[in-house]
Amino acid sequence: MIAELGHFALILALCVSLVQAVVPLAGAARGNLPWMAVGRNAALVQFALVALAMAALMHAYVTSDFSVINVAENSHTDKPLLYKISGVWGNHEGSMVLWVFMLGVCSAALALFSGNLPPDLRARVLSVQGMIAAGFLLFILLTSNPFLRSWPPVLNGRGLNPVLQDPGLAFHPPFLYLGYVGFSVGFAFAVAALIEGKVDAAWARWVRPWTLASWCFLTIGIAMGSWWAYYTLGWGGWWFWDPVENASFMPWLVGTALIHSSIVVEKRDTMKSWTILLAIITFSLSLVGTFLVRSGVLTSVHAFATDPSRGTFILLLLLLAIGGSLTLYAVRAPALKGGGLFAPISREGALVLNNLILSCGCATVFLGTLYPLFLDAVGGPKLSVGFPFFNRTFVPLMVPMIVAVGIGPLLSWKRGDLLGALQRVWVAYVAAAVAVLVAFYGTHGGPVLAVFGFGLAAWTGAAVVVEWADRIRLFRMPLADSMRRAIHLPRAAYGMTFAHFGLAVSIAGFSASAFDVEAIETVRAGGDLHVAGYTLHLADVRRLPGPNYIADDATVEIKRDSETIAVVHPERRFFPLQQQTTSDTAIRTNLLSDLYIALGEGDQSGNWTMRAYWKPLVPWIWIGAVIMAFGGVVSLSDRRWRVGAAMRARRSLPVMQPAAE
Amino acid sequence: MRRALFILPLLLFLVLAGYFTLALRPGRNPQELPSALIDKEAPAFQLPGLNGDGIARDALRGQPVLINFFASWCLPCHEEHPLLMRLAEQEHVPLYGIDYKHKPEAARSLLQEFGDPYRGIGVDKDGRVGLDFGVYGVPETYVLDSSGHIRKRFVGPLTTEKVSRELLPLLKALQRS
Repeated sequence: MIAELGHFALILALCVSLVQAVVPLAGAARGNLPWMAVGRNAALVQFALVALAMAALMHAYVTSDFSVINVAENSHTDKPLLYKISGVWGNHEGSMVLWVFMLGVCSAALALFSGNLPPDLRARVLSVQGMIAAGFLLFILLTSNPFLRSWPPVLNGRGLNPVLQDPGLAFHPPFLYLGYVGFSVGFAFAVAALIEGKVDAAWARWVRPWTLASWCFLTIGIAMGSWWAYYTLGWGGWWFWDPVENASFMPWLVGTALIHSSIVVEKRDTMKSWTILLAIITFSLSLVGTFLVRSGVLTSVHAFATDPSRGTFILLLLLLAIGGSLTLYAVRAPALKGGGLFAPISREGALVLNNLILSCGCATVFLGTLYPLFLDAVGGPKLSVGFPFFNRTFVPLMVPMIVAVGIGPLLSWKRGDLLGALQRVWVAYVAAAVAVLVAFYGTHGGPVLAVFGFGLAAWTGAAVVVEWADRIRLFRMPLADSMRRAIHLPRAAYGMTFAHFGLAVSIAGFSASAFDVEAIETVRAGGDLHVAGYTLHLADVRRLPGPNYIADDATVEIKRDSETIAVVHPERRFFPLQQQTTSDTAIRTNLLSDLYIALGEGDQSGNWTMRAYWKPLVPWIWIGAVIMAFGGVVSLSDRRWRVGAAMRARRSLPVMQPAAE
Repeated sequence: MRRALFILPLLLFLVLAGYFTLALRPGRNPQELPSALIDKEAPAFQLPGLNGDGIARDALRGQPVLINFFASWCLPCHEEHPLLMRLAEQEHVPLYGIDYKHKPEAARSLLQEFGDPYRGIGVDKDGRVGLDFGVYGVPETYVLDSSGHIRKRFVGPLTTEKVSRELLPLLKALQRS
């Protein structure tokens, strides 16, 4: 009964989303205010209905209603409650419901908080949101209905893939989807602006917070996925350039470009048609990612049940959404007037460079990911591109951008003084040089790239701090005055400082992976494994029952200079239902390095394969990502978003204009 | 001219959509990748060994062999590993490995943990041999006949089904002839 209610709610949501797509748009075209006002209510009702469907599906999972096929295929009574809930989006159908639910969240928030937007812009934006929702609701109802029943119900379900039964992965999809779907708002604004033929600073002020918020969610979502891969796969890797990972990384890259180019639109009223294009591409890449993952056209380690009819349907959606918006772009964008001019060496120039490099980086990842598809279509050999391709193309491409991150914020708008900026960051050269020397000394001329990476990280980190010190005139005026400046600096400026510093921290983390130390041996209970100055003493291995698995739980004492500093429990978990084994690694971190211990297979005579890594700075990868997202949040809390986007801030603060960011 | 620039994104997307349509055509199986070198002589190679002796194409002639490109960073390689072990131990398949573009130490620890199914392993450190074979991703497995010609290419991890339906019958046929 409840499942039918959910199904019915989805059908109603589809009807409402069609109303939301058509009526406000027609109203905006005819200047009919009541029609335009329909958008707000339709978006709220549509959200309520989708939320109801989501709740119904969750209810079926939590109560283990196995007459619902989707639940029977993906859940099990023995599963802990958390994974019954996360099982909702651990499969294709349920994850699509989560997708439209997140879209509903965005539409509803947009409907509620857009009161001060010009009514026709608001109507058009909500209408575009309605179109996207209608497309995906139709997709769910026609090809991926999670509420289908089978009778008689099976006695118990097939359970969730054991590797997905992990707290990190339970929250990874919601964050990721909020990111993907949030970009739909920027897309809707871009399409609305093209219809109106008007892009101004007020428009950018609306687009930027939404894009920034989505970007924060996506950053966290990607970081969570990578962290999950790190601690569950048992091999210590954190990024595999797998098509599904790339599908989330591409919108992130273009989204990063977008949050930078929208600053230029806002502050300098130029780069408009480019920013519109980026907004369209960012969301389009989220859609293309969905297509690649769900249609099965590429081989990936991430398994989603694939079905050609789904692929065809999503392709149609792509054609309508991307083809439609790009057609509109081709027709209307040439009419958009550019604003202020600027010299190549200027803040704008640096942001153009940032955009160019991020776009090229994204194009590289795109080509690498889709290469098998292209080649196959022209009858070439089928093949796929791996690690080496991306490391050799994408990584070097990012180097000039990282260098520019240090300089760009110091350049002034319109025309900057490169030499002056370069002089002001002298501290950063020293920091970079010291980092290179230290890394070089530590490795005795080891991996050159990693040493170079450290230099880059130190350069960026130091330049960010220098830029902040420059703004508050640290050491150039009395400390109290500097502090006053520091307090009054706009939040957006702090947001940038944090985000760029986070990038530097992550780069240090990436680079340090070249210095990993690995040890792998067969150990008996009572034996030792040595890695990077630590002694890992395998005290014993016990068999313990879990809720839906049987664990071989090892007790490992970590010793340094024969003193025990910690006792950890890496496990191997066997899930009888799926006949699958997963590894629950033990990670001992001091935030500067991880000691990573995984228990391998054992044999009858009590030998266990034990693998241990010492990974310097690896936690920094995710710490950096969190700092980046935190920077985004700080920037979002900036005063100028709260004073109302439709109004231009006319007052300028005595200390600083929010000119910087 | 300026207008043309604005149409470019649409054109690019349409080309992409064309590729997507081709990718969805019925009967296409992304898992199955034929080699351009089928029925041609395998590219010559001579590689230093991972443990002890190296391997070379000319030394492998005389019997049909399997050449498996693998790397320790590759998850699907771990997936197919137990199957390779079974092929080597139960079916006595002459299996040779090429450690593709990766640190030999990492490959060694992989084999140490999961067992070594290979009769010999060559280290293709810069990926040159892989390039000659047309390898773009690992794992890939090639069947060479006794005259050193490539008879079949498997891209991606071998599965029980592929092995019993295609690989073993082909090997048997090659061994008879």
